[in-house]
Amino acid sequence: MTALPSGLSWLEASARQRLAALLDPGSFAEFIGPEQRERSPHLRLFDLPEQFDDGMIVGRATLCRTPVLVAAQEGRFMGGAFGEVHGAKLTGLLRAATLLGRDVLILFDTGGVRLQEANAGELAISEIMRAIVDLRRAGNRVIGLIGGRAGCYGGGGLIAGCCSALIVSEQGRISVSGPEVIETNKGVEEFDSRDRALVWRTMGGKHRYLIGGADGYVADDPAAFRAATQSALGRSPGLDLSMLHAEHQRLTRRLARFGNARDGTDVWSTLGIADPDAIPGLADDDFRHLADACREVADDAR
Amino acid sequence: MEHLSYTVTAPRAAGGTRRQAIIGVVASGNLEVLAERVLATDTCTVDIATAARGFAPVWQAVIADFVALRAAGGLRLSINDGGARPDTVALRLAQVVRLIEEPEA
Amino acid sequence: MTLADILTSLFPMGHVAEERDGLIFGRGTLPGGDPIQILGVVDQTALGVEGALALAGRVLEIAASADSDPILVVIDSASQRMSRRDELLGLSEYLAHLAKALLLAETSGHRTIGLLYGGSAAGAFIATALSTGMLAALPGAHPAVMDLASMARVTKLPIEVLTAKAETTPVFAPGLDNLAKTGAIHAIWDPARPLSDQLAELLASPAGDDCRAQLGLDRGGRPKAAAISARVIAEARRG
Repeated sequence: MTALPSGLSWLEASARQRLAALLDPGSFAEFIGPEQRERSPHLRLFDLPEQFDDGMIVGRATLCRTPVLVAAQEGRFMGGAFGEVHGAKLTGLLRAATLLGRDVLILFDTGGVRLQEANAGELAISEIMRAIVDLRRAGNRVIGLIGGRAGCYGGGGLIAGCCSALIVSEQGRISVSGPEVIETNKGVEEFDSRDRALVWRTMGGKHRYLIGGADGYVADDPAAFRAATQSALGRSPGLDLSMLHAEHQRLTRRLARFGNARDGTDVWSTLGIADPDAIPGLADDDFRHLADACREVADDAR
Repeated sequence: MEHLSYTVTAPRAAGGTRRQAIIGVVASGNLEVLAERVLATDTCTVDIATAARGFAPVWQAVIADFVALRAAGGLRLSINDGGARPDTVALRLAQVVRLIEEPEA
Repeated sequence: MTLADILTSLFPMGHVAEERDGLIFGRGTLPGGDPIQILGVVDQTALGVEGALALAGRVLEIAASADSDPILVVIDSASQRMSRRDELLGLSEYLAHLAKALLLAETSGHRTIGLLYGGSAAGAFIATALSTGMLAALPGAHPAVMDLASMARVTKLPIEVLTAKAETTPVFAPGLDNLAKTGAIHAIWDPARPLSDQLAELLASPAGDDCRAQLGLDRGGRPKAAAISARVIAEARRG
């Protein structure tokens, strides 16, 4: 792995550059590296180019000397979408983590399931969710990092919802249906997919942090992601029925509190933020300071 | 997809000792290059998979320039191309050689 | 078969079920007299935050009880509900919550059996059908990741081209046979046989690890997934 050019943003970085910047230098060892050439067996039917790692990099490393298993999606290859090989690498990593007793970091950057391999991708999502639940039940943590160009959409959003903790930057988005899909199906009145401000007020990192859909909010900066990840690795692990019960109460309360909101600004106003329209323009540190005083939290209820 | 393969005599061997390096992403206008130090030091091979058919002469020219300018002997270079322009190809080839020459940690 | 026919064939000893807001909740009696809990989505309903929460709440109630009643999840849904409001409220968390509830119910001693009898797609499919321990389906069920017309639009390929490609591989097009070949469906039931027998057969087979990748390999729909996962595990264990 090569040293990261200083000042490179998480958003702009490739998956490999993010790993290099996040993890202890020289600690990353890849499983099924690109030289193994385990590409998608399905893209050639569509005359689409392949990537040697199928857009999913998995391996072991240390973060502040703690051994972890890591997965990173390359969001610029096929939109970071889940295909058969891509998904199977993450499934295997999570099962390995259960066997080894390791925490897992998932660097999400995905539009969801790869349409050319839709059924394989969809199944992979389900297998991954099951593997995460098994891993967490065994007492390990799964930390999701979300701040890439593709966001964390579709099945990726569901996987994120199974993680122990999520760290987002402003640029990150988490959603099931994407803006274009909502517009195509329900019309531009329901969602104008070209209204970027609307996308971010509805699905973006600041909104998710405020409504309790994410646990850490960081600048678009690998060092910030690293610090927040280290902190998340210190939280108590596990997943059991009592946590799910707490999550149920949290999600019920959220619906009661914000169920009539029309827009993100309504949610933020209900949270007690005096000037919700100013939220998108706030600098990261100012935003986090303001958010921490009033946001919904999901500690031990995710 | 078109598959092209070139074997060229390389005047200078790639420096360093790393066994492999990879650069780039397979996206529109971009490409990935995997370099593996597995050949005799006076040889360089380039294998290309590309969806843009009919550009063999362009690839040939880019590769010829590259081998003349950079020390690439001993390297097997494998490219997955997303429709990159020749100057982007040249950039990635130079980048991957620089990467494989980096001192090991 | 209508849902009423299905439930009657499943539970000759009787059942009670109530539908509201596109969801179903109830209880059936198994051949030996033991109860099985019933819940699910009906009438091609799209699954939104309220529906996911209601289903999860019932699953958690069942999971918390000291008995070991199995749970039958019947599915005839659309996709997840596509709306600004659902996403604003964090639909991904609600769907994941339902999935986790089903998965934890299974590990808490309540077998979860899915029965896909109608449609299902995308996030709703993942959170319900695909989150059960074993998934059965009836012929005529029509699961999909995305309908072919939408796929054609997104991939910018003519639908005739997509349809032709779908003849050569089960890996992307909608349909029960394709989802079965890729390993999603454990058993396609025979409507000519009593469904109660076929449910009993599933309940008698041992619950175990996620074997769907192996099913996909055996059936030819997913040639690589099982081997890739196994290889990652092997490399990770090799210190």
